[in-house]
Amino acid sequence: MKYVLMYTNRPDLDEAVPKERIDQVYGEIFAWFEKNAAAMTDSGAELQEVTTATTVKAGNSGGQPVVVDGPFNEAKEVIGGFSVIDVPDLDAAIELAKSWPSLDFPGVAIEIRPVVDHSGG
Amino acid sequence: MSTAVASDAVLERVVRDETAHLVATLHRILGDLDVAEEAVADAVVEALRTWRRNGIPDRPGGWLLTAARHNALDRLRRDSRYRDKLALLAGGLTATAPAPAGGQDERLGLIFGCCHPALARPAQLALTLRAVLGLTTAETARASLTSESTIAQRIVRAKRKIVQAGIPVRVPGVDEMTERLDTVLTVVYLAYNEAYLATGGPDPTRRDLGDDAIWLAGVVSSALPREPEALGLLALLSLHHARAASRFDGEGHLILLADQDRTAWDAAAIQAAIRLIERAAALRRPGRYQLQATIAACHAEAPSWAVTDWLQILTLYDLLLRHDPSPVVRLNRAIALAQVEGPARPLAELDTFDAALSSYYLLHATRAQLLRELGRGPEARVADLAALALTGNTAERHLLTERLRA
Repeated sequence: MKYVLMYTNRPDLDEAVPKERIDQVYGEIFAWFEKNAAAMTDSGAELQEVTTATTVKAGNSGGQPVVVDGPFNEAKEVIGGFSVIDVPDLDAAIELAKSWPSLDFPGVAIEIRPVVDHSGG
Repeated sequence: MSTAVASDAVLERVVRDETAHLVATLHRILGDLDVAEEAVADAVVEALRTWRRNGIPDRPGGWLLTAARHNALDRLRRDSRYRDKLALLAGGLTATAPAPAGGQDERLGLIFGCCHPALARPAQLALTLRAVLGLTTAETARASLTSESTIAQRIVRAKRKIVQAGIPVRVPGVDEMTERLDTVLTVVYLAYNEAYLATGGPDPTRRDLGDDAIWLAGVVSSALPREPEALGLLALLSLHHARAASRFDGEGHLILLADQDRTAWDAAAIQAAIRLIERAAALRRPGRYQLQATIAACHAEAPSWAVTDWLQILTLYDLLLRHDPSPVVRLNRAIALAQVEGPARPLAELDTFDAALSSYYLLHATRAQLLRELGRGPEARVADLAALALTGNTAERHLLTERLRA
């Protein structure tokens, strides 16, 4: 089954993490992707900071769509990246998520969402 | 065909014995828990209606399987997505479908699936009651003091998530076992607790959910005989149940442990539970259910409240706190401490409890008791009133009202 792992974090809490630890975790994340390459599909990306986000939404009462600065909601958690994985079941996806290297950072969480299967089988 | 009209209790036992086997079998064949569970749940409703009128058939499992298979076929025919699965069912099933390799109880995988941590606790509970124990939606709703439509929707959503999110319906691997088993045991414990709280004494017209929960704890511990916490939970629930008859007087009013008629306790059940605790202890992996069961056994074996071994109970609570530092355990420890050394220190300790427990009626009821022992009547009254405002349970309300009147 295919799932999207959405890596979320809290930018307001990230500052509490020492720079050396962040540098170190990048190395661990790189190794994590290598180790789990078999589960990864080609889709996935690390996203630029949430301050770079632009949101397009419907205008008021049928007006033109409006473009606004910032993410689509005001939550403190932001999505920092995502991967599309292909694993046998949710337990396998959970096992992957549990081993995410920066999971012990304050505010870091991973949302797992199954992908709609359009193959019709 | 048996023609005697069966009592509801017998009907429910037959349904309970068969349901999880049937759901597990149909799930194995169809690979779809939603269809399997729905088909069996509808068959149970049909069975209860028919058997109440005509008596229980000689092979109730076969009867239920035939009905469930018919229901499943119906659903599959209506939905083109299942075309390939029709052939599997049309091939016919026997009531004695072969157990999976390894000889493990097939129901265990179903139980772990229903209690998967990706489902919210109320969904785990509702799904377990219906898919494993064979409660009807109405019975499930009554057990959790929730409306039928809410429960029905909760079960539909839970099953849909199992199918759509790929939640595996199987026994977890060794690495995950301790954590996953803890969730299962929590759900079983919760099922018992709901029964304990929802009732106002034994009611022959209602399905005995307490009995169901003990049965389920028995299924889990038999399937996992090397898991001491499963044995511990079975012992704990058995001990609670052995004392259940003396919890209420003839009018359904709650009687406190201190005032219960201990000769009414089920001595054989208590001894059986103590043997379970010993078996669990021999596995040398203590845990919160084993400790709670040991505490319950101390009470069960004491000839009276006054000569209870409170020092041992206090020591056991100290151990339990290491496994379960919850406010409820701290509260119970304070009650034991009061028996060992008087009310002053436990009362001071209750006052340090955080807001987490301030909406728990037992905290206020306990404070009231300790204040009364210290001769602080007016404050005790205030605490009893606070307790009264926090419980909707009729039996508990009656007890507090009596106390306030005294």
